[in-house]
Amino acid sequence: MLNTVGKTTVIVCTEIGRLSEFLWNVIRACRTRLPFKKICNQMNAIGIHSLAITIVTGAFAGAVLAYQTYEGFKKFGGQDLLGAIVALSMIRELGPVFTGLMVTGRAGSSIAAEIGTMRISEQIDALKTIGIDPFRYLIVPRIIGSTLIMPFLTLFSMFAGIVGGYIVSTYALGIPFDTYVSHIKELVEPFDVIGGIIKGTVFGFVLSLIGCYKGYYAKDGARGVGAATTQSVVMGSIIIIIANYFLAIILFGI
Amino acid sequence: MIKLVKIRKKFDNRWVTKDVSLTIPKGKMTVIVGRSGEGKSVLLKQIIGLIKPTSGSIIIENIDITKLRKKERTKALSKIGYVFQFAALLDSLTVFENVGLPLIEKGYSRKEILPIVTEKLELVNLHQDTLYKYPSELSGGMLKRVGLARTLVHNPEIILYDEPTTGLDPVTTRIVHELMNTMQKKLNLTSVVVSHTVEAFKYADYVALLQDGEIKYFGDAHTIWESKNPDIHNFIRGISS
Repeated sequence: MLNTVGKTTVIVCTEIGRLSEFLWNVIRACRTRLPFKKICNQMNAIGIHSLAITIVTGAFAGAVLAYQTYEGFKKFGGQDLLGAIVALSMIRELGPVFTGLMVTGRAGSSIAAEIGTMRISEQIDALKTIGIDPFRYLIVPRIIGSTLIMPFLTLFSMFAGIVGGYIVSTYALGIPFDTYVSHIKELVEPFDVIGGIIKGTVFGFVLSLIGCYKGYYAKDGARGVGAATTQSVVMGSIIIIIANYFLAIILFGI
Repeated sequence: MIKLVKIRKKFDNRWVTKDVSLTIPKGKMTVIVGRSGEGKSVLLKQIIGLIKPTSGSIIIENIDITKLRKKERTKALSKIGYVFQFAALLDSLTVFENVGLPLIEKGYSRKEILPIVTEKLELVNLHQDTLYKYPSELSGGMLKRVGLARTLVHNPEIILYDEPTTGLDPVTTRIVHELMNTMQKKLNLTSVVVSHTVEAFKYADYVALLQDGEIKYFGDAHTIWESKNPDIHNFIRGISS
């Protein structure tokens, strides 16, 4: 028992230490001239390719939320507040979290697999031998690109969720458009949107950092790349869920 | 001149190199041979700074690179080129981008880079039609040559080759060996070749045998077949000791 606790502690401490060192290298690489073209390429790769899944998951999350909320709120005549509930949930919580999780699954895993393969096939070592800092060349564009594009994806998810909720509310539950929208205007404040965007930005940083980190330290061939990819999704998703809790407290004072 | 002094490297609980001391002469080709898993590639990666030795000194042109800070070490190592076992070309880039990458990253325009890349490709007997091909479209021999061309962009004084003929057919192996030999003589390079075959002896000036984590033999490549050293004798005749 004591042995297991000791070993686990050593593993966790090693992981934290290595992640901190990795983050320090990222910060150090950011102090040189930023590679804007590569950052734009990554924004395109992460953003454009994740847009469809973000919109679909956002829309269906909003739709199902409208259904479930309607059932509960109808019992005490609060169904008119449906629009505001859907909008607040999507903007403050579901939009950023769903986007974070979906992009982790799609782009975070892809980053880990790509960088892991480069590590295994010695491409990262090759960069070092020709005097190119792999952090500046590979890691920084991915992290900055993901951090910058995630707020936009989050906005799309929020909007898709509200539209999904509206379609269900109006066409399936019979709530008029004006009623749906008027309570949104009444209860949703600009800071709710800003808070949601801040969450999305943080999640963008987290998912790319974890993806790059896991890929960078991949070892043991194809199996190692597979393991790094899986770990990046699991670790990224868990950190996003935990970070969401603390961000909700900090931003919205829950 | 490269001087390795008591290089020791430990991975987990296993010593890969126990006590490697070796002086590699300037302007010559030295082949380091040894059986698979003896730590030849690890030794080479310690020279280029990809792996840090557990203890010992690596002296290049009278500078101990193990004592240098990262920035100074990068500068000191800029005169060394490294050719990887499987070329390690970036598969998302074309041959032109792979070879010219160090210059692209320094901000040179493609117009400025093109003649340099073409010149280096010609040095390794590759023609312009390979310029815009991706690594996946090249044969094993061509990949190695592009890897060598990428190394030459720096105008290095020392080139380290990690098993440069692994996976190649006998004809391509000979072509790659001859190319390394030509490069070494033409550019007056110091070449260090890691190999597990005796084929490389034909082109080498010196041979070192790495065995049990130590250099068991170092001598002139031309007289190696007459050597009385039991370790090298057994190795070149394929006898397990």
